[in-house]
Amino acid sequence: MRKNKISMTDIIISIILIGITITCLVPILNTISISLSDRVSAGLGKVYVWPINFTIAPYEEILKDKQFFTSFLVSIFRVLLGGVINVFFCITMAYPLSKDVKAFRAKNMYMWFLVFTMLFNGGLVPSYLLVQNLGLVDSIWALVLPGAVPVFSIILLMNYFKSIPSSLEEAALMDGANPFYIMWKIFVPLAKPAIAVITLFAVVGHWNAFFDGLIYINTPGKYPLQTYIQTLSVSIDYQNINSLSPQDLMKQMAISDLTFNSAKVVVSMIPILLIYPLLQRYFVTGIIMGAVKE
Amino acid sequence: MRKKSSLDIYYHAMLFPGTVMLIIFSIIPMFGLIMAFQKFSPVYGIFGSPFVGLYNFKTLFFRSPNTMQVIFNTVYISVAKILLGLIIPVVFALLLNECRVHWFKRSMQTIVYLPNFLSWVIVAAMFSHIFSVTGIVNSMLLFFGLKEPIMFMASNIWFRPIVILTDVWKNFGFSAVIYIAAITGIDLNLYEAADIDGASRWQKVKYVTLPGILPTIILMATLSLGNVLNAGFDQIFNMYNPVVYQTGDILDTLVYRIGLVNMQYSLGTAVGLFKSIISIILIFLSYKLADKYAGYRIF
Repeated sequence: MRKNKISMTDIIISIILIGITITCLVPILNTISISLSDRVSAGLGKVYVWPINFTIAPYEEILKDKQFFTSFLVSIFRVLLGGVINVFFCITMAYPLSKDVKAFRAKNMYMWFLVFTMLFNGGLVPSYLLVQNLGLVDSIWALVLPGAVPVFSIILLMNYFKSIPSSLEEAALMDGANPFYIMWKIFVPLAKPAIAVITLFAVVGHWNAFFDGLIYINTPGKYPLQTYIQTLSVSIDYQNINSLSPQDLMKQMAISDLTFNSAKVVVSMIPILLIYPLLQRYFVTGIIMGAVKE
Repeated sequence: MRKKSSLDIYYHAMLFPGTVMLIIFSIIPMFGLIMAFQKFSPVYGIFGSPFVGLYNFKTLFFRSPNTMQVIFNTVYISVAKILLGLIIPVVFALLLNECRVHWFKRSMQTIVYLPNFLSWVIVAAMFSHIFSVTGIVNSMLLFFGLKEPIMFMASNIWFRPIVILTDVWKNFGFSAVIYIAAITGIDLNLYEAADIDGASRWQKVKYVTLPGILPTIILMATLSLGNVLNAGFDQIFNMYNPVVYQTGDILDTLVYRIGLVNMQYSLGTAVGLFKSIISIILIFLSYKLADKYAGYRIF
């Protein structure tokens, strides 16, 4: 198929697509540029998608910001701990549920239970009171335990396990292997792509979560990064918005920590950008696996 | 077969830890919904607090003038998001499919998927700058002759459109994944047959590609029905402020403020329960429809 002729339609389509792509990039470039510009230009709104009076001062400030560092570490720790917990529960639940009803008679009972917990929930207030009564407030466990069993990921992994030929399992059973061994030594290695998907779901979910940190953590020193950034950036703009004229507000913005806060936003994006090639590959697979089932 | 059923015990053992966690963190809070019918006080707990029947619901619907406005905001924002969240990804997937330069297609996908992975904290912070009085939107408008900067984020006219558009900005690329996959699945012979019949490009889109992905579109549309009361807590929470409560406050943010900020636990639970009940009805309806029109089942 050789169609080298470029028609008018091709040009129009390309222009629209480029326009869409630029729209996606501008907000991100704008934030990066603000973080690399001097305070006054940034505050006066002169910065578009390229820094003015280039400076890395805000980033030097971040290096000195102890709270930012602590929160960054809390987030990393949370991602590791929460990721391990999520993947553990995914594997141990998805494996038995991938069995046929004939092989595991209680399977459907468990499935309905899972779907039930996915559809119904007690809502914010009862969940909050529960975490409080369990004495988890102000501890990392409040951030990783309530969402420890991600039902959507379990169903995804379960479907993947189902696609692994059962002859492998039967052979291992003949040799006297027990199901724990079969799960760990046969199914888990074969399901690596699906496990990568659910791991990344867990990592992104934990890295991006802010609200649980806000309600369950009382000591700012224990805030995860997103919670810390949330407490900063949302409060600057509107505290006195009613009492200020636009001109005053502009002046206030000029001397505010706009560049500093933008730098924090940029730094908090870095881990996501670092693993982005993985994310793009595996999330796409995951979404397609989840939606298109045989 | 004696041997086979003896494996059951292993399977139960594997499921045990996860089941315990779900019972603690999902099932127990459901009993907390009883609070919605109580005048709950932490001192007396669930078992000691007095029952008040539907008092909290009456407060909600007959004594709070805001409730109806909040429900309206919720439905308005979420329906707009659902509609644009269906149309724009489909259009994008179709456009992308028409683009024949492979590297161009690839790099575009890489860029448009990115916002999906950023948290709402980050995205809201970005757009707060962009739409602020000194942000680039106002700078451009002033450049094109606007006299006064517009306070977008503190305007009841602009808040909802901004919420809807930023949501589309964040999610359209990634939502398109599923349609792009569906287009890849279309039988190429159909296009060849269309070529032989002399079909134009537009006719191929209309009679081959679109019908090919229609089942996927219908499936996504029906499944999104369950989200009519989910207007996006994370986003609104990070973008709104008291000035725009009138147009931007949604059920989830109301639950948060009543329940956790004002600590009116019972009233907050009542709002949550109301939302859950309607949502569950919608979810059941959507699964029924999805099963009927797209042959989809959860498991």
